[in-house]
Amino acid sequence: MPLDIAIAQFRPSKGDLDATLDACAETILRAVEQEPRPHLVVFPETALTGYFLEGGVREQAIAAPELLKALNERVGGDADGVDIAIGFYERDARGIYNSALYATLGPGGGILHVHRKVFLATYGVFQEERFVEAGAGIRAIDGPPGRIALLICEDGFHSVSGTLAALDGASIILILSASPARGAAPGAGVPGNLVRWDALASAIAAEHGVFVVVSQLVGFEGGKGFAGGSAAYDPRGHRLLAGPLWEEALLPVRVDLDDAARARTEEPLFSDLERSWTRLLVNSPGSGVRRPAPEDE
Amino acid sequence: MTGAWPPPGVAVARAPDPADASPLDIDTDLVRTWLVQFLREEIERRRGFRRVVVGLSGGVDSALTAALCAEALGPEAVLALLLPYRTSSPWSREHALLVAKKFGIPTRTIDITRAVDGYLDEFEPEAGGHRRGNVAARQRMIVLFDQAFKLSALPVGTGNKAERLLGYYTWHADDSPPVNPLGDLFKSQVWALARAIGVPAEVVDKPATADLIQGQTDEEDLGVTYPEADLILHHLISGLGPDDLVEAGFERRKVELVAGRLEGTHWKRHLPTVAMLSPTAIGEWYLRPVDY
Repeated sequence: MPLDIAIAQFRPSKGDLDATLDACAETILRAVEQEPRPHLVVFPETALTGYFLEGGVREQAIAAPELLKALNERVGGDADGVDIAIGFYERDARGIYNSALYATLGPGGGILHVHRKVFLATYGVFQEERFVEAGAGIRAIDGPPGRIALLICEDGFHSVSGTLAALDGASIILILSASPARGAAPGAGVPGNLVRWDALASAIAAEHGVFVVVSQLVGFEGGKGFAGGSAAYDPRGHRLLAGPLWEEALLPVRVDLDDAARARTEEPLFSDLERSWTRLLVNSPGSGVRRPAPEDE
Repeated sequence: MTGAWPPPGVAVARAPDPADASPLDIDTDLVRTWLVQFLREEIERRRGFRRVVVGLSGGVDSALTAALCAEALGPEAVLALLLPYRTSSPWSREHALLVAKKFGIPTRTIDITRAVDGYLDEFEPEAGGHRRGNVAARQRMIVLFDQAFKLSALPVGTGNKAERLLGYYTWHADDSPPVNPLGDLFKSQVWALARAIGVPAEVVDKPATADLIQGQTDEEDLGVTYPEADLILHHLISGLGPDDLVEAGFERRKVELVAGRLEGTHWKRHLPTVAMLSPTAIGEWYLRPVDY
């Protein structure tokens, strides 16, 4: 079944929640005017606030229901039934998280899932563990368009994240990212971090036979540039599109989720993984139930 | 990217080599666009300014900065300030005017001699060249910031990464403008980008000089050439130690000289040290980014 997605390569008005919510709503309304009308609009990580907030997360974090309510109020009825995935700093009773909301807009909709970033980037320019809590896990959900998993930025750098999403049945993985541009070596024509993203996302798609959508933030924050360069990959790892650098864009991509099953049949890496996963877990270091390896016996 | 082999942009791990400057190679088209976008966003979008002032010295750093500002904001939105002192080389002025003409940037000349000498001649006549140079550099910033205030413009800085890492600048002078496009480019990268963007060869190819003391050049002052210093600095801040570089064939005297300057000037790359008394100390506990 074809699924039309709009990747919203987006630049927030940093620290101005109302203005950014307005811009998000305008982006959604522009997306649903497109032909074909998208089933799903995918924003980047921290689209609501910008990424580098430091202690400002305390002022900018909001609850997931509050975010959905604010978007519904702004888009009115024109986007009813459309799904959104959007990155934001989330507040709940226990703490603040770097999260991605997956929801259906309109009165018949609601929140389907909130993924909280598991792997918090805390090195070099990144300080996430100082300011937000880590999410507990990675899972897929049955969205109206199919079984979907969400990852946030560094989640995608760990191959286990794509593995867990695929094992939970995802045929499409949405990666919401805010990746500060770095590296300007000649060759690719894009910042080095985007070369890395291209390799990572393509590998996740091809290994698990899933579609991968990477939605990237745009804009400069204190000298650190988010370059855009969003992309989508088919279940064989081929890039379907690449977004422009440095500017906002609404990027339509049509995927046929049945193609994920076909790719898995052609190259049954996923079924090999499913068969071996439990045995690998039991025998993995730290499992506490490690069985003796043949050479130990 | 996908489909190309070998994959472009993927660095091959190599041992450091004094004859191999390729780690400093940059895609000048990419960096040019990157910095133009940076200037537009940091100046216009984040700070709400439409104009900038740049001190145009006649050297390559300020020439490139002014050219990037002109591309980002339009040349009419840039005012290049020529701020000579009585000992400044006449070539500095010639080259600054050449750059301004090439990029269509308006200029204004404000001679700082009386301002500098008004202090030095009356109160500190025995001050040597180094102190006079520092006073001149700070006086230039007084003019730059005052002109910026008058014009509702933003001062743009011009310091490069090599100068910053070597501490080869006047603290709270050259480094004080709030926006700086070149601060993460080594000097040899500045040269490459300046050539690509069309900065006149007379400016790019001449020996770099702070022009604070008559006849001075940076490389004589430093005791090492910029290409050598850039490469040593690159490896040092990428995690290699001085002994690793000497073992790889770098000249010990130069490695130690560069490492010494790097290690001795960390303070210069920070804001003033503030006594922390509370759990809400600014920048220690109370943390908000510059653009928040």
